[in-house]
Amino acid sequence: MSASVNRIALKSILYKEVHRFMRIWVQTLVPPAITISLYFVIFGTLIGARIGQMDGFDYMSYIVPGLIMMSVITNSYSNVASSFFSAKWQRNVEEMLVAPVPNWVIVAGYVGGGMTRGILVGLIVTLISLFFVDIQIHNIWVIMITVCLTSAVFALGGLINAIFANSFDDISIIPTFILTPLTYLGGVFYSISLLPEFWQGVSQLNPIVYMVNAFRYGFLGISDVSLTVAFGVIGIFIVSLFTIAMTLITKGIGLRS
Amino acid sequence: MNNALEIVGLKKTYKGGFEALKGIDLTVKQGDFFALLGPNGAGKSTTIGIITSLVNKTAGKVAVFGHDIDEELELAKSFIGLVPQEFNFNQFESLITILVNQAGYYGVERKLAHQRAEKYLKQLDLWDKRNNSARMLSGGMKRRLMIARALMHEPDVLILDEPTAGVDIELRRSMWDFLRKLNKQGITIILTTHYLEEAEMLCRNIAIIDNGIIVKHTDMKSLLATLDVETFILDLAMGGPKASLSGFCARQIDDHTLEVDVRKSQSINQVFTQLTDQGVFVQSMRNKSNRLEELFVHLTGGGASGNSDSGNTVSDNKTPSLAQGDN
Repeated sequence: MSASVNRIALKSILYKEVHRFMRIWVQTLVPPAITISLYFVIFGTLIGARIGQMDGFDYMSYIVPGLIMMSVITNSYSNVASSFFSAKWQRNVEEMLVAPVPNWVIVAGYVGGGMTRGILVGLIVTLISLFFVDIQIHNIWVIMITVCLTSAVFALGGLINAIFANSFDDISIIPTFILTPLTYLGGVFYSISLLPEFWQGVSQLNPIVYMVNAFRYGFLGISDVSLTVAFGVIGIFIVSLFTIAMTLITKGIGLRS
Repeated sequence: MNNALEIVGLKKTYKGGFEALKGIDLTVKQGDFFALLGPNGAGKSTTIGIITSLVNKTAGKVAVFGHDIDEELELAKSFIGLVPQEFNFNQFESLITILVNQAGYYGVERKLAHQRAEKYLKQLDLWDKRNNSARMLSGGMKRRLMIARALMHEPDVLILDEPTAGVDIELRRSMWDFLRKLNKQGITIILTTHYLEEAEMLCRNIAIIDNGIIVKHTDMKSLLATLDVETFILDLAMGGPKASLSGFCARQIDDHTLEVDVRKSQSINQVFTQLTDQGVFVQSMRNKSNRLEELFVHLTGGGASGNSDSGNTVSDNKTPSLAQGDN
């Protein structure tokens, strides 16, 4: 089909996705704001004051980038996972499957929707953090590129989860048992340099370490990992997950009988 | 004239080995009003699923207006509007949002999509509900919403899978009129239905599928012409003499009901002549069953509902009640 048809189809999917999470903003935008406010109060103000400095920064300043990234990751993932699975469950995914929408447009539309929610929640969390800490910015481009690429990685992950899912339980298992542990162990609350050498090595297998550290570099100019390696890892994940998502949709796994 | 749909050697075997289609051939001409009939599990929905790419085929060729779905899938899909059997829209969205988004998937700009949504929602008497959540609609309204949605990109061929299931008789007739109008505008219509009366009244050509095989593929007139016997039920005046008919197979059901089989070579006039001579007065007369239903039962080896007297529906106990309305 022509580029203009694909452009309109992509806009329609994006519109649908953004409209969906804005329609239920109490479920999608408010909870992360409340959760993060609690993190700031408890870990920043109450406990953080006793922890002292981390890598030369006060603890509150140190954890802000990680908390923002944690919100971006969770929301990008869950938006696509729940939206695409709901579309499967209600069968309205068929509206797209019977239309002349190329598979890459479907993937791009859903991932774009997940990225939009992830980044919007990231912005809300950033605004809330301004009540608790003076945010400094070391490199705005690193911040923007990292947040966009990371939200794309997890939006793709959420899509793949939804494609395989057969029940609503299936889209909560991965976030609960894999995503949350990886995020908490991904250097949000601590520098991995504090860990024993063995666990530092283990941590390097956690992709979220690279994302959090690249993001923290954008704010504070410090990172536990090389920025080049971090972007390389994120890039590999994007290409791999996009290829997997495209293959699954093209084969109709979970979508076509 | 071009073929709107051409299917050659289509086969589908599902995981687990169930052979839903065993190599069917089907041709639907452009501008046709075509019925695809068959008992439940015969392969109708699988066929429609393959045409619309919701089901992966095992073998065979499908072309829509000459565009092979293996080579030009997106182009082929752009010609088709689908009204599926099950409600498959987002129940939490408004009608207008559902329609405008659907148009967008076919590359229709939002401004034009809004104009078309207004046009079809008005034509289908849903305009007042345009901002309502789809889940608030009655069953009949939901069916009409799916028809409106299928028309948003102004397709050349409209495929309707049981479009009038669950709608009351009044609404069903208004939907028939609407479909006739669309067909007159040049849209090819392919219909599956449980209501054989619906197929007989609307469709010019027909295919009957059974057990994954096309058992009949012809025009409606030729098919009905093959019917050798029609059974009529005569309601007789009370208190009259007992009727007896020579040359006809007739059964006296009760004191005032006579069932008569009339062969194609015979005339119903002969029945009336004999009854009049005997002083038997006929108050009214009706077909025992829909003519197409009798053929259908014959061709599918008894796939029709047991109670043929209720008339005009095929197959099963899933046949919706006429009482399910559109309130």
